[in-house]
Amino acid sequence: MWKTIVRRFLIMIPQLFVLSVIIFVLAKFMPGDPFTGLITPQTDPARIAELQEKAGLHDPVHIQYLRWMGNAFQGDFGLSYTYKRDVAALIGERAMNTFWLSLLSVILLYAIAIPLGILAGRYQNSRLDKAIVLYSFITYAIPTFVLALVFLFLFGYQLEWFPTKGSVEIGYEPGTLRYFWNKFYHILLPAITYAILGTTGIIQYLRSEIIDAKAMDYVRTARSKGIPMRKVYSKHIFRNSLLPIAAFLGFTITGLLGGSIFIETIFGYPGMGQLFVSSISSRDYSVITALVMLFGFLALLGSLLSDIIMSIVDPRIRIE
Amino acid sequence: MAKKRKYKKKKSYVNAPPTGMQVVFREFMKDKLALFSLLALIVVIVGVFIWAFFIIDQQQLMRISLRDKFGAPGEKFILGADQGGKDILGQIIVGAKNSLIIAISITLITGIFGIIVGLLCGYFGGWIDNLFMRIVDFFVTIPSLMLIIVFVTVVPKYSVGAFILIMSLFLWTGTARLIRSKALSESKRDYVLASKTLGTNDFVIIVREILPNLSSIIIVELTLNFAGNVGIETGLSYLGFGLPLSTPSLGTLVANANNPLVLQQYWWVWLPASIFILFMMLGINYVGQALRRAADSRQRLG
Repeated sequence: MWKTIVRRFLIMIPQLFVLSVIIFVLAKFMPGDPFTGLITPQTDPARIAELQEKAGLHDPVHIQYLRWMGNAFQGDFGLSYTYKRDVAALIGERAMNTFWLSLLSVILLYAIAIPLGILAGRYQNSRLDKAIVLYSFITYAIPTFVLALVFLFLFGYQLEWFPTKGSVEIGYEPGTLRYFWNKFYHILLPAITYAILGTTGIIQYLRSEIIDAKAMDYVRTARSKGIPMRKVYSKHIFRNSLLPIAAFLGFTITGLLGGSIFIETIFGYPGMGQLFVSSISSRDYSVITALVMLFGFLALLGSLLSDIIMSIVDPRIRIE
Repeated sequence: MAKKRKYKKKKSYVNAPPTGMQVVFREFMKDKLALFSLLALIVVIVGVFIWAFFIIDQQQLMRISLRDKFGAPGEKFILGADQGGKDILGQIIVGAKNSLIIAISITLITGIFGIIVGLLCGYFGGWIDNLFMRIVDFFVTIPSLMLIIVFVTVVPKYSVGAFILIMSLFLWTGTARLIRSKALSESKRDYVLASKTLGTNDFVIIVREILPNLSSIIIVELTLNFAGNVGIETGLSYLGFGLPLSTPSLGTLVANANNPLVLQQYWWVWLPASIFILFMMLGINYVGQALRRAADSRQRLG
């Protein structure tokens, strides 16, 4: 068990290394440097050159890379040019918003997908099954931004059921119950959108898993012992089929990160995805590099999580 | 008489297993919705190209006329006009043409590269396989959408060609992985081993013997990739990191909705393009699924 985890961690290191090199090279191509954020009309160009010299921007590239990585390990990504703030603190703030949105999305996703998958598998070829298969086909085909825009138009502007912008309204005191409720209310529509879009994989997996399980020997044994089908489903089949679903969690996290760019931009939700898009538009390079690095790390962590859960659930794939 | 002839015709089917095209044809005849999707797609794609190349005058289309600002759908503009008084319907046609050309190019580039890498890795194994599979693993785990966006903003002299290459750089891995696993299992089959024993050249085995056996999977994969690429391209253009601004795309039309006023009141500016994207995605994916069923004898309807 531990061997598997340690091995997967060791595989992560070269991947992170290559990703950091790519990002560093890209960052070198971008105009501007960590001091661009300090420049005001009053700044003396000689002073900036002095600072650049001091920070070692004229050093050989590999030394610069090592220094950059060293600072990144200590959580120092420089200053944001548009926000005039420490990048780590800025991202930390946005990360909490993205975290809450992702959490609610994952909960809703599983709450929608698991019952639908079970029903489709259990009542295979019924009208209900066909409807669920059609639903999962449509949500698979529809692009994120189209559904998000239509939902925003329909439920946000036309029906006015949900707020259309932001993470919380001004005027609520942080920490009170009403503040949390208002925050939850703002997250709900983006989370529902994401949850609907992400269900396809789990529904299809669960459905085919249950259909396969029906023909298994252990199901026939249970039936021949006289256990009613209802109990065979709840005690035997579901338990076997539901466990691998846990492994989808890691991939769901990876997908959420990619989707957050669209969802947060459309719903005007101040999370990391929106920060990324606005930083790209304002050419805020220190924020961009830090965000890509963080997303890469989280995506690797997500696939690691999937592998670990898989190896707990299914002992056959553990590395000896 | 007529009955007898029909019977005879059927009999000839039984002896020889149906060929690839017959299976596909039967599958589409059985699933009327798939047949409809296929025909509708062909009509739409051919129509868009003919309309965009021969009927629409692009300069006339992109001319700004403030008198028609946000003109409602009516006699002058069938689908209304946008902020600059430009015809929405014409923009959808030109945008669809651009989006389709880009999606097709990306599908072909990633398809060809992925198939070559997949075949080589699956057939030869060894260090080539190890090397490329590590690269594929790397691409699968990195946040590719973000890196595409960063690349797009960094590249100097940004153009449609550069956009296609950047997208292709990140999107070939799925095909390579699929083809590799299929080529791996194919290369262990008896017919390949027999061919090797006869001393057939590796290149001939791969191209003349393994590749035809993978053709159905490749067609399915390319169709589904095509749908995915339309989605990614329009998505990136929507965010403003896709096509250069001078080239209209379906995504840039939808991006008009980023202005809350447009989103709320001038629905005809963004909704038709969204619906067009939606139906195109549904159609391509549905055809892809029918092809997939035809490629797998256990799932066939027909």
